[in-house]
Amino acid sequence: MSFVEYSDFIQDGDVAIVYLSHNSVMPVKVQQGAQTQTRYGVIRHSTDLIGQRYGSKVTCSKGGWVYVLHPTPELWTVALPHRTQILYTTDIATITMMLELKPGSVVCESGTGSGSLSHAILRTIAPTGHLHTVEFHQQRAEKVAEEFKEHRVDHLVTVRNQDVCQDGFGVTGVADAVFLDIPSPWEAVGHAKAALKKRAGGRLCSFSPCIEQVQRTCDALSDHGFEEIDTLEVLLRVHEVRTVSLPLPDFGSDSEEAPPAVGATEHPSVTMKTTTPPRRMPGHTGYLTFATKPRS
Amino acid sequence: MADNREDDCEDRIKEGDYVVLKRGEIFKAVQIQQRKKVIFEKQWFFLDNAVGQLYSTTFEIVSGGTLQPQKLEDAEKPTDSKETGTDNRNIVDDGKSQKLTRDDIEVLKEQGLKGQEIIQQLIEHSTTFRDKTEYSQDKYIKKKEKKYKNTVTIVRPSCRILAMMYNGREPGKICHLRYDTLAQMLTLANVHAGSKVLVFETCAGLVLGSVMERMGGYGSVIQMYPGGGPVRAGVESFGFPSHFHDMLHEFPICHVNPLLAGTLDATAKDSDADQKKLNVAAEEEQNQPGAEQQGSPEEDSMDTNAGDDAEQDQEKMEREKRKEAKAQERKLKLEEKQKKLAATATLLEGRNADGLVIASRFHPCPVLLGLLKFLSPSRPFVVYSQYKEALIECYTKLKERGGTVNLKITDTWLRHYQVLPNRTHPVLMMSGGGGYLLSGTTVAADSSKAAGSERAQEPAPKRLKLNDTEG
Repeated sequence: MSFVEYSDFIQDGDVAIVYLSHNSVMPVKVQQGAQTQTRYGVIRHSTDLIGQRYGSKVTCSKGGWVYVLHPTPELWTVALPHRTQILYTTDIATITMMLELKPGSVVCESGTGSGSLSHAILRTIAPTGHLHTVEFHQQRAEKVAEEFKEHRVDHLVTVRNQDVCQDGFGVTGVADAVFLDIPSPWEAVGHAKAALKKRAGGRLCSFSPCIEQVQRTCDALSDHGFEEIDTLEVLLRVHEVRTVSLPLPDFGSDSEEAPPAVGATEHPSVTMKTTTPPRRMPGHTGYLTFATKPRS
Repeated sequence: MADNREDDCEDRIKEGDYVVLKRGEIFKAVQIQQRKKVIFEKQWFFLDNAVGQLYSTTFEIVSGGTLQPQKLEDAEKPTDSKETGTDNRNIVDDGKSQKLTRDDIEVLKEQGLKGQEIIQQLIEHSTTFRDKTEYSQDKYIKKKEKKYKNTVTIVRPSCRILAMMYNGREPGKICHLRYDTLAQMLTLANVHAGSKVLVFETCAGLVLGSVMERMGGYGSVIQMYPGGGPVRAGVESFGFPSHFHDMLHEFPICHVNPLLAGTLDATAKDSDADQKKLNVAAEEEQNQPGAEQQGSPEEDSMDTNAGDDAEQDQEKMEREKRKEAKAQERKLKLEEKQKKLAATATLLEGRNADGLVIASRFHPCPVLLGLLKFLSPSRPFVVYSQYKEALIECYTKLKERGGTVNLKITDTWLRHYQVLPNRTHPVLMMSGGGGYLLSGTTVAADSSKAAGSERAQEPAPKRLKLNDTEG
């Protein structure tokens, strides 16, 4: 297993995703002799996981069962241990396309945070691209570097522990795209410009929860000569499939001879499949501001 | 990595390149060809001068439809008109504020004035411009720019640009798939280099091209197509290097059932079809020998020697030979096609594809149920439909059938913002029109093995309950 390459069978040292139910998954580091407790009982790695095919059903000690899935950045995003607020798949998907990421892209990112977006970037730019990610919090930087190693993507990424607003990305003139998820992105716009390719230019994205941050970032972007400045927001709606029965009211009989037997015992109703929106849904994650650094 | 060379020729527009013309939010995909007239936004021009220029260059359209690269400094327009009003209490709409008439403007245009100059004239001849607020002036200029600007930027095609272009120009051709929805699809299906992805689409090749872009020429894409052949017009526009096409395979959807049943004998079937097609071809040729004769000047000259038996015999023989050669060629082509079909069948028969992407005008249910069988367990799939009801049916069928987890029906709302000093607000609301997605992950089908020995020991496997409580 690797986050950038599928394999069929679970091996010692893999990170597998245990699927408990549709909104409950957990990451498991597969180790010979280790055990994992779930609410359905124990999973014994040596017998239940190692050598099994990804996607298999594993019966736990209490008789319940789980599925063991191959890790993907999307599953990792819902399973990873949070050390910070993270970006979710809806925003990540939009960022990936609007930054025009593809195999071979060189990307700069800051802050690394919990690495949710980083894994998605690495998946997309492999096998020939590279990610330069900057995290000013030392412990987080170390932790995420460790994860990249465990996930076998460390050859595609350089983690730098520095302050992007002061020290930049540690590279200049190499990036096709820059992503900023920091409290004061306007302070990093100059460094972002320097990191992007000189001749070809490139794309930039900044993620901010507050409109005031967006305003200052857009000002900074236009001051630095960025073009195509565009701020947008993408919201995900999940539709839950339901079977509903709508009863029909009794209008009374319209003819004298209507047989009274009908409807005496059962209430007539129409049954149909439909979807309902969740009662509560995330209404805001952050504004995404995109811009193009023109060629120079 | 760190390839800092920034290859010069890579960045320059070449003849034959597929490019995208851009003005504001309007895009148009074209191929660079000499002396080819292009119409874009009611203006026509030739692309000849673009050759050799760098990508992302903005051109001015000058008389005769030639393009003139705009210098980078020119792009900055210093329209500083310091004088502004504070409110509109004294601005009356009497329809006379603009002192230039329609005809005056036409004359300016004929004189070959640049768009920027015409706008300057309009401002100078507007009696109310100076009384307008700063913001109102800004808006006025932007509106006029839209009308009189005669520049075009030539950019490199990408999934982002083409998806936005199709969405703006021809949403019907791509089943109203909005670009943010396409973005979700590529991510939910975990499309990446090195995997084997199945694609079934009737979106002019946009979805296929986007998948290919994300795979960067590594791995394989199998396009399942309906009808006589795959539609790939949109793929062309991506302008992929030729080696990208090595990873692209195709398979007719009408052969899926025979393949699954193991009755698809590629070679036998093919020679049948082969023979049929050859016969038809031969007939066609016999029916129109005259047309062929007239078409070739060589044969015309031979006709003047008519009567000479020997020559006629020779002519006959030559014709026969040519016919044979053509038939041979056709046969080779067909054989090639059959070989490719057989190769693709082998790729599919492994039933170990890594992802499935469906976006078509067909009912997604049978397509999904049919094609899911080719996926390995623990692989993502995503189905697009313009209509939610079709996906509800897919969802229900999949729940009955089993073999999938993580099923979700979703759609996304996309909202753009205008961000300007003191004028920040959402610009427009797009909802519903972007279509719906059903996504999920395959798992091993329920087999006897899953209900292993341990289950027997357990008195009450609460499998049904588990689902309920979590739902």
